[in-house]
Amino acid sequence: MTTPSTTGNAPGQLLRELLRDRPATLSALFLMLLIFAAAFAPLVAPHDPATQALRARLDPPFWLAGGSLDHILGTDNLGRDVLSRIIYGARTSLTVGLSVVAIAGTFGVTIGLVAAYVGGRVDSFVMSWVDTQLSFPDLLLALTVLTVLGSSPMTVVVILSIGGWMVFARMTRGIVKSTRNEGYVEAAELVGCSVPRIIFVHILPNLAAPLSTLLILEFARIVLAEAALSFLGMGIQPPATSWGLDIAVGKDHIFGAWWLVTFPGAAIALTILSANLLAAWVRTTADPQEREKRFARSAAGRQMRAARRIEA
Amino acid sequence: MANLVIRRLLHGIVVVLGVMTIVFFVTRIIGDPVQIMLPVEATEAERALLRNQLGLDRPILEQFLQFAGNTLTFNFGDSLWQRRPAMDIVLQRLPMTALLTAAGIGAAILLSIPLGIVAALRPDGIVDRTTVVASLAGLSMPQFWLGLLLIILFGVKLGWLPTSGARSPAHIVLPAVTLALPSLARLAMVVRTAMIDEMNRQYIKVVRAKGLKRARVIGVHALRNASVPILTLSGWEIIGALAGNVVVVESIFAWPGLGLTVMQSIERQDLILLQAVVFTVAVMAVCINILIDIAHRAIDPRVNA
Repeated sequence: MTTPSTTGNAPGQLLRELLRDRPATLSALFLMLLIFAAAFAPLVAPHDPATQALRARLDPPFWLAGGSLDHILGTDNLGRDVLSRIIYGARTSLTVGLSVVAIAGTFGVTIGLVAAYVGGRVDSFVMSWVDTQLSFPDLLLALTVLTVLGSSPMTVVVILSIGGWMVFARMTRGIVKSTRNEGYVEAAELVGCSVPRIIFVHILPNLAAPLSTLLILEFARIVLAEAALSFLGMGIQPPATSWGLDIAVGKDHIFGAWWLVTFPGAAIALTILSANLLAAWVRTTADPQEREKRFARSAAGRQMRAARRIEA
Repeated sequence: MANLVIRRLLHGIVVVLGVMTIVFFVTRIIGDPVQIMLPVEATEAERALLRNQLGLDRPILEQFLQFAGNTLTFNFGDSLWQRRPAMDIVLQRLPMTALLTAAGIGAAILLSIPLGIVAALRPDGIVDRTTVVASLAGLSMPQFWLGLLLIILFGVKLGWLPTSGARSPAHIVLPAVTLALPSLARLAMVVRTAMIDEMNRQYIKVVRAKGLKRARVIGVHALRNASVPILTLSGWEIIGALAGNVVVVESIFAWPGLGLTVMQSIERQDLILLQAVVFTVAVMAVCINILIDIAHRAIDPRVNA
């Protein structure tokens, strides 16, 4: 046995394992806090993100001279509350990130599955399509398309989805191709299981772990991409809020008001960092080889090796 | 070898044609270039003139063939903004982007190799942990935010470095560092992982048992075998910088290269100049990709894909 057997249900066991990994626990907590703040933004945010206050323009955070607890993280050039804008900005980042990952993931997994299952010419056509599209200068093409079409949250989601499905297709195809040759899949085919049954019961469960890792990593990449597009003025447009957009505003006041750039950027960085750490945890937890290494390093592993030495 | 080069060249041609077709489709069919490029108050005669200049009044297939012919010969026409051939502007700005990319990504590659090796020699040691944590932090920061933080620190608070333009050698420092840091983080992680993998192989045990000097074991035997993933990622970092990251970095620091040109042509709705930059960058990316594949093959004869 490489893992200590634990009693209880699967979600409970997963939670116990998560709690043992401190960075992953903190990351999960941060992401949950973010989702909560975004979902209940009107209740959580101290101010309306669009309300301007001409007398409270460019107020610093509360711990600096001139700051007040009314605006904990200060105000921008129009007197809007920075913290409230960050909370509302989380809505944009999460919505765009989750929508793109859902669309690109569904499309990519389907295409990869079809390519691997049909094989032959379809497979090589799909894979060379994937290779070709992966070689495109995607940011430049996105900027060109947005210049022509004009940007809205919808166009941003569509463009990022069109540029993001390939990794899912490639991963799905690889895993499906290799599991199709496994003994248990051949056995299922021999006893006459239907194709959908083979796909959904025998092949797709192998996808769960790598797909969850990839979904989290792609989510992080998309949040960064949306922030970059909005920062360049080609993504989310005012009066909507977005972290990238707020940093672009802060850039014009960088010589006097450092907090306008620092705080929304820190929100992005923490989100990406949490997603990366959580993805790393999912990957090592779901991979039997990684679990073995982790167990070998743990106290229980050392005890087991010591016990073996004594026996020998 | 010849087979590989031909296959990669074909792939490159498909990519270039693909980018060209997308640009045509988006600018001519989904959008109306005349609408985008001319101001709202332009007269009907001005519109008709531009429409005629761009050949928009002809059948779509003829337009596409003409567009393809012009694009593939780098003849994009005059930039609306500067009233001179768009390709002249691209060629004039290209050296600045090349310089910035060479400085930034070059520094990232040169620093990542010793850093990754030192980290890999003692996995879980102090250098290793610091490298991993710093890399994770570097990977999580948006590049444009990193650049602005560097401006706040070194430009505003300390006043050590210039933050805008390219008038003196000191002007390249902040943009190059901004371009370098995320790449350095990714490269250091890859060097580290590749070196840890190689150091655990049997042949390393053999050469050590033979009594080879440690420096030779690491520098010649392990590093040579670890160089394939390092080379691949280095190439991707150069392509990633040219095909996107310089847009962000150059627009923050007003560095007069291709990335700044992209933003300027978007501001001025100059689709001709924008197309010229996008297409040139796509061709450069394809060429670098082919070079990586050839170098790959030269280092590792086992590679045949």
